[in-house]
Amino acid sequence: MTVAAIAASADPAVEPPQQDATASVPSSRPRRLGARQWDLYLAVAVIALAVLWAVIPGAFAPGDPLTGTPADKLLPPSAAHWFGTDTLGRDLFGRVVHGAVHSLSGALIAVTLGLALGTILGAIAGAIGGVVDDILMRVVDVLLAIPGLLLSLSVIILLGFGTVNAAIAVGLGSVAAFARLMRSEVARVRRSEYVEAAYGSGGTFVTVLRRHVLPNSLTPIVALAALQFGTAILAISTLGFLGYGAPPPTPEWGLLIAEGRNYTATAWWLTALPGLVVVAVVLSANRISHRIGRRSR
Amino acid sequence: MTVLAVDDLRVSYATREGRREVVHGVSFEIAEGEALALVGESGSGKSTTAHALLGLLPAGGRVEGGAVRLGDLDISGWSDRALRGIRGPEIGLVPQDPVTSLDPVRTIGAQVEEVLRLHGHRDRRSRRARAIELLERVGIDDPDLRVRQYPHELSGGMRQRVLIASAIALRPRLLIADEPTSALDATVQRKVLDLLDELRREEGTSILLVTHDLGVAADRAQRLVVLKDGRIVEQGESAQVLAAPSDGYTKQLLADAPAFTTGFRRPEAPPFLRDAAGVAAENPFAITATGLVKEFAVAGRERFRAVDDVSFRVRRGTTHALVGESGSGKTTTARLVTRFHQPDAGAIEIDGEDVTELSGQRLRALRRRIQLVYQNPFASLDPRQQIVDIVAEPLQNFGVGSRAERRERSLALLDRVSLPSDVARRTPGELSGGQRQRVAIARALAIDPEIVVLDEAVSALDVTVQARILELLTSLQSELGLTYLFISHDLAVVRRISHTVSVMRRGHIVEEGNTEDLFHDPQHEYTRELLAAVPGRTEQPA
Repeated sequence: MTVAAIAASADPAVEPPQQDATASVPSSRPRRLGARQWDLYLAVAVIALAVLWAVIPGAFAPGDPLTGTPADKLLPPSAAHWFGTDTLGRDLFGRVVHGAVHSLSGALIAVTLGLALGTILGAIAGAIGGVVDDILMRVVDVLLAIPGLLLSLSVIILLGFGTVNAAIAVGLGSVAAFARLMRSEVARVRRSEYVEAAYGSGGTFVTVLRRHVLPNSLTPIVALAALQFGTAILAISTLGFLGYGAPPPTPEWGLLIAEGRNYTATAWWLTALPGLVVVAVVLSANRISHRIGRRSR
Repeated sequence: MTVLAVDDLRVSYATREGRREVVHGVSFEIAEGEALALVGESGSGKSTTAHALLGLLPAGGRVEGGAVRLGDLDISGWSDRALRGIRGPEIGLVPQDPVTSLDPVRTIGAQVEEVLRLHGHRDRRSRRARAIELLERVGIDDPDLRVRQYPHELSGGMRQRVLIASAIALRPRLLIADEPTSALDATVQRKVLDLLDELRREEGTSILLVTHDLGVAADRAQRLVVLKDGRIVEQGESAQVLAAPSDGYTKQLLADAPAFTTGFRRPEAPPFLRDAAGVAAENPFAITATGLVKEFAVAGRERFRAVDDVSFRVRRGTTHALVGESGSGKTTTARLVTRFHQPDAGAIEIDGEDVTELSGQRLRALRRRIQLVYQNPFASLDPRQQIVDIVAEPLQNFGVGSRAERRERSLALLDRVSLPSDVARRTPGELSGGQRQRVAIARALAIDPEIVVLDEAVSALDVTVQARILELLTSLQSELGLTYLFISHDLAVVRRISHTVSVMRRGHIVEEGNTEDLFHDPQHEYTRELLAAVPGRTEQPA
């Protein structure tokens, strides 16, 4: 990360570097990273495009995604209809663009929920330790033991159908992962010397936690959040596909794929193209997450 | 006959602004059976020079010019593949850190045998036999058992011996030892250096010793090459360089090497002779520890007694040193005194007040009076905070002053520990080790403590930096009337700073007294051993 780069490029004439020999050796890593990051830029571009679709869908696909021209039904991809049309003659590209807001906002709600709950639980368990840690982590064990999809389905059955409820269900499923990671990070930072030094400086439990432990634990959590964002899009699409998410005719991505599956043999574009969009967004989120995770080391 | 001749070697590294040359034309020669020391502080290019000889520069490093001749062979500009044939049979490398240089999941035997296997020794049995022979050669007891053990089962000194064993496995003509003992205790350091010496004498192996400590270099090498900023500032016979250094930098190094310190800090006259207030205070001792015991639970074994009946007293305004090698319980004692650990038995009095049982708010209040400075300045500062906030943290915790006042005090402290004012807004990652340790000291002084406990506070630093920090500590002590408890494994450093000493071994104090008496007339055998480990010592114990 930048700190290492600055340390490496610090001018020895100004201040004799007194690190041990291995640390004082300049590293060329930042330079090589810069040359190979085209895939990172591509990932950011994909996510940015998806966000733009969600915010201003009209700019990309003017027209109503819910009404079609029955005469134009099941047309293959062409210049007029980039992704082709569906059984009701609706432009598929327009539906994908207008569906972005459902998938992305759902993923956002899911990640926010998982992040908030999981981080709080993990921080409490890691910081207090002892019996509290044991109890919380056994709860997390139970959550991890239930298959994610099953957990989401049960939550939806309790809460009722809908995009928001599907998002909450997916979010609850990721609480365990966030809690585990946060706990391990807090436990690691809590044993470090600077935390002990902070107690030695007269810090109370709360001040040390707020000022040192949490800021130093959060980077991997942010990386996981980016990763979970991709996973959540996938999970919400899965729930939509199974019919547990938004009801038709909402152009939610999972639902689009589900509607197209009856025509796979004759109109492949109805499943393949929305599917590819989901794959691209998920992969991009993973790539960005990977980058954040690398920076933390 | 010359084993290695280096002529005008230049090495550069890639930085973001382009290539920067760090070694500017270094030339030296090593004769057969000779030990030559490359001396200089971190960043002087000594390790880079040593690694460049073997073609083992880290990524981004490149040899820009110059010739390297190994015997009659010119190996400069050889490809990595060609150099591989040289590494091992011709030149052996003893790396710096024995803890990270061995693979933790492979046995000692496998790692020593690897160099044999790579260079065409096909027979498994003979390889194993040779590995055992090598381990025996470097003085490892019970080599038949050790070949089957893993690195974590061996102590630091033993691991360094294992590394030496693999370096000499193919009987190279030259051994490059890159700070081979910096990570080791003083006594272990001496034994490892003795071993290198012995190999040189008996096998005729030449040695290139890379070190920052002029004391070690002068003791072990026939010739010295002093490097500064990638240039040779002085070279010649060791005795000659020591007796009459011609360069200013060499003189500086000589003055800073703890081994060459002369004189002692004598305890000042008892308080009743000089200080009326001291007489009024009925207790002249800042720290009184009585019969401290601390045990730790070890899984599957009986409890380990780290500190066993340790008692000492420290007079106000003086420095008391706890000396011993790793595992002697000195750090645990320091942590008991600062109350990061609770003693199992015994009592600690700070300024006459019993603090053994303090907890909660009263323990927090104790932190205003006693502060700890850690060994590793890379770990003890929060990497995300600005320096000015780190130093002001104790003030903030105790609610001293307003925000602006705290900031002002923090800046004044940074100035007091001789840091330039522009470090205030930087983060620890941008500072060197010595600068960080100054920050840690400034933080410890922020709330005007009476006692500062220094846990190996200078052990991780270069000798020059070490000397500067010790000077700073001494001047702070006389200015602020601080009491120091100084933990160290190195008697040479202790001599420079402390008035009184306790020597610890296996949780016991084996000897204590004034530093001067202890140096001149050590009573315990272990103290003598520690004294003998000080490199380049001129005076002998009486």
